Amino acid sequence: MPKLTIDGQAIEVPGGITVLQACEMAGVEIPRFCYHERLSVAGNCRMCLVEMEKSPKPIASCAMPVAEGMVIKTDTPMVAKARRGVMEFLLINHPLDCPICDQGGECDLQDQAVAYGFDRSRFHENKRAVPDKDFGPLIKTSMTRCIHCTRCIRFSAEIAGVEELGATGRGEHLEIGTYVQKAISSELSGNLIDICPVGALLSKPYAFSARPWELVKTESIDVLDAVGSAIRVDSRGREVMRVLPRLNDEINEEWIADKTRFACDGLKRQRLDRPYVRVDGKLQPASWPEAFDAIASRLHGVAGNRIAAIAGDLADLESMLALKELATGLGSANLECRQDGAAIDATTRAGYIFNTTIQGIERADLCLLIGTNPRWEAPLINARLRKRFVTGGLRVAAVGGTPDLTFPVEALGGGPDTLREIAEGRHPFAERLKAAKNPMLILGQGAIARTDGAAVLALARQIADSCGLIREGWNGFNMLHSAAARVGGLDLGFLPGAGGRDLKAILEAAEQGAIDVVYLLGADEFPVSRLGKAFAIYQGHHGDAGAHRADVILPGAAYTEKNGTYVNTEGRVQQAKRAIFPPGEAREDWAILRALSERLGKPLPYDSLEQLRKRLFELKPHFAVLDDLQPAAWGAFGKAGATDAAPFRLPIENYYMTDPISRASETMAACSAAFVATDARKTGTHG
Amino acid sequence: MLRDEDRIFRNLYGAGDWRLAGARSRGAWDDTKSLLDRGPDAIVDEIKKSDLRGRGGAGFPTGLKWSFMPKQSDGRPSYLVVNADESEPGTCKDRDILRYDPHVLLEGCLVAGFAMRTRACYIYIRGEFFNEASNLQQAIDEAYAAGLLGKNACGSGYDYDVYLHRGAGAYICGEETALLESLEGKKGQPRLKPPFPAAVGLYGCPTTVNNVETIAVAPTILRRGADWWLKIGRPKNTGTKIFCISGHVNKPCNVEEAMGIPLKELIETYAGGVRGGWDNLLAVIPGGSSVPMLPRSICDTILMDFDSLREVKSGLGTAAVIVMDKSTDLIAAIARLSHFYMHESCGQCTPCREGTGWMWRVMERMVKGNATIPEIDVLEEVTREVEGHTICALGDAAAWPIQGLIRHFRPELERRIEAYRQRPQAAE
Repeated sequence: MPKLTIDGQAIEVPGGITVLQACEMAGVEIPRFCYHERLSVAGNCRMCLVEMEKSPKPIASCAMPVAEGMVIKTDTPMVAKARRGVMEFLLINHPLDCPICDQGGECDLQDQAVAYGFDRSRFHENKRAVPDKDFGPLIKTSMTRCIHCTRCIRFSAEIAGVEELGATGRGEHLEIGTYVQKAISSELSGNLIDICPVGALLSKPYAFSARPWELVKTESIDVLDAVGSAIRVDSRGREVMRVLPRLNDEINEEWIADKTRFACDGLKRQRLDRPYVRVDGKLQPASWPEAFDAIASRLHGVAGNRIAAIAGDLADLESMLALKELATGLGSANLECRQDGAAIDATTRAGYIFNTTIQGIERADLCLLIGTNPRWEAPLINARLRKRFVTGGLRVAAVGGTPDLTFPVEALGGGPDTLREIAEGRHPFAERLKAAKNPMLILGQGAIARTDGAAVLALARQIADSCGLIREGWNGFNMLHSAAARVGGLDLGFLPGAGGRDLKAILEAAEQGAIDVVYLLGADEFPVSRLGKAFAIYQGHHGDAGAHRADVILPGAAYTEKNGTYVNTEGRVQQAKRAIFPPGEAREDWAILRALSERLGKPLPYDSLEQLRKRLFELKPHFAVLDDLQPAAWGAFGKAGATDAAPFRLPIENYYMTDPISRASETMAACSAAFVATDARKTGTHG
Repeated sequence: MLRDEDRIFRNLYGAGDWRLAGARSRGAWDDTKSLLDRGPDAIVDEIKKSDLRGRGGAGFPTGLKWSFMPKQSDGRPSYLVVNADESEPGTCKDRDILRYDPHVLLEGCLVAGFAMRTRACYIYIRGEFFNEASNLQQAIDEAYAAGLLGKNACGSGYDYDVYLHRGAGAYICGEETALLESLEGKKGQPRLKPPFPAAVGLYGCPTTVNNVETIAVAPTILRRGADWWLKIGRPKNTGTKIFCISGHVNKPCNVEEAMGIPLKELIETYAGGVRGGWDNLLAVIPGGSSVPMLPRSICDTILMDFDSLREVKSGLGTAAVIVMDKSTDLIAAIARLSHFYMHESCGQCTPCREGTGWMWRVMERMVKGNATIPEIDVLEEVTREVEGHTICALGDAAAWPIQGLIRHFRPELERRIEAYRQRPQAAE
């Protein structure tokens, strides 16, 4: 623990940190542009210069490791002069177009210019102009504003793992770019906007639409994948203007995926803002009482076992509980929250959550992927895997598809047969798992959403058991979900009750006319055409597949419009907060169900969200523990059986279109066109 | 005046044979094994004792630098890198070593590399030096064929490889860490220090980067002893040095002379004097384009060595003496240098990237006089904001010539500005 003196204050700091970090620990603020604590040190902006005793020149504090007995001064004329000089250099070729720059109000350069700069310019020459680059549909560039801190280059190379950005040219002709024009092909590209300290990289969809000080900021969580990233929803009036990441080292660090950030324009399109009732085959606008009447009259006299309820991927715990209790009240045990038909066994919690935890990945040394593409299902988990690969040499192997994950992946095989070989110790990889210090496996929905899913799940458990993935203080069995509602639904038991039907059985029964009424709580990801003649009630926020099939539509609230509880893939319970009100006549989902239950004569026993949550906590006490994780006990799950030889299919075909919100988003449509659909079409000779 | 027998580079003018046979006849590769037999520590001690200072510009004590290299490997190999990326305007000493006496350098590589326990030597040669690279490669091939390099080099039992790598013409790649980056195949941008190359250098291994001339003189120092070397020159500024004299002299030349020779003697003895006589001298840049110029008054008496020139706020640099007589437009000359530094700035760090362009633009206006008197002070202040605030020394090198100009010739700048203000206006 070196001791050093910073501005006369003696401080003892951990070894191996930099002078800048030591200054921060001493409460001394050091201005910086290029330094970012999650990126490698570049030391090129020179803003962080401080005086070090015995050094004739000021030193770059971000790059200087601390040493015993160092004497650092940050308040001397030498430092002030250095900072003022650097600030002046940064500004001479900066356009100073703050009034028309989207970064205005949240710009590092602006803030630090006020604190450390001159109040006028001494530069009387022409300023440099740099041609803008086209980085695709998400990032707008204004390269004249660039201060060449290279944060974007380091982010894309180190965190995102796509070496697409670089600096070309020399001296004042240095330009940041891709050299050959192309869109930044990373699911984390939006973070470039956040790390850019100036207005050079900006959000394209958000361009010129708001100023930071006029936005209401709501701290919430993301539900467009099962990671549950911490986000901040910036809204103005009844509109979500943008979504930004919040810091949460246990989940998303300070990054978010592009869908999380950019799909928010989908919240404004295709919305269900009033109830509808199908009359003579056509959906007609209706009032709430009319919609409820239509439901009540159809349900009248229908036996409980002819009713089914399916919860969608974006459903919150509160509305799932309300629907579950309503269905149970109506006598139905036909509940299902696994829209993709995944053969998840909910009897053991450890069998369907990400036990290692996202942060725990940083202790792993060997990882087996089974039927999953984490880069698309959970970009931030993929980023953690990459981080561990870069810093700790994590080795990754995959069964069933090896897309480019930004780190090397060894292909072991395509389907359950390979798994069986590993489970039975006949595959060399089994030995490697056993020899590893902290081995883990990630089981994707692609491996279990198939007819032999239960057997595949059992094989995965067998691997975990036989290859030592479950050890004292370490659980290497992980299921990766892609739906935010899934773990919550499983925890809650939104599953077939005694004698109840699962998804496959519900669909078969509906086709055969054995089910009369299906209640869809935002369920759009299953084949709705297979509902036969059943009466479909769709409660949700977007006019997507479910609504098109529906006989009655009850307009609900999207995740930014309600206070809802979600459980992420790790089993972490988190609450999303309402940022704006739902549009038109749409209502919060639990309230719709409460009102409907009243009309059906089976009133649910809660009149407020607080009461509902109290009930929720009574049923499952772990829901009351927010943001924290409770380790799940290991146990038996899955059902050993014969498996199909067919290779696993990756669960997501298009990262940018996985749910009603992203399907309604124009930005996501542009991304699909730019990143997903192009490969086959472009030959280089057309156009 | 240096006696002929004390000269190390005896084929500096290319009169003799540069190949192995010629080099041997001049004393190179003469019982190199016995030098190596002294052992690494003895060699480093001898160099330390000789007070040899690096010939690349900074003048860092060579023996001390060599002693920073690890004596015990931690598993990583060590490397010697020879900086033959000679691009400093006015400097052409390494070039003549490379093309006319390459074996002197190669012997130095082996001796120095052995002394620092390095595995191999990389010679990074300026890309424009085509013929020089060709000669050097042929010399390397000859040395391998003669068993002087490679396995069991010179019969010493020590395996040593020397590789030649050609640069691509960037001045910044002469900066030692940018050179390492370039050698690794990356963009030539200086690295942050610490860590210094002796700890983390080429491919992350301990590395010493030395100038061609520094390495080339080492075997002779060992052969003739540090005491011989110490007798030449002045204390702490010992030995011989190749001076490159260019500009307004009657006979521009390279010459090996003792350190500390008076500038006037150097110019008059070897370069045929200043064009039009010593009284026609206006200023001299004594050490390559990067150091501040000296006005004639200082040139009359100044001695050419590291410490003497530092005392007058200039530097020996690469000992490239650029002579400017009274026909010179000094402001234009310095503006041209400013353009050079702007062009060669790597653009990595802020003060240099932005400052070099700013300085050049102001200098261009100063050439015409299209400026104001207070702008001279602004310019001076800008040079101070660049100096010492950058990752590498290119920022300093860009700042110093302008500082020298302002320090010694400010009245000329003011006169130019005044004349521009008084210029006859074109009829409206």
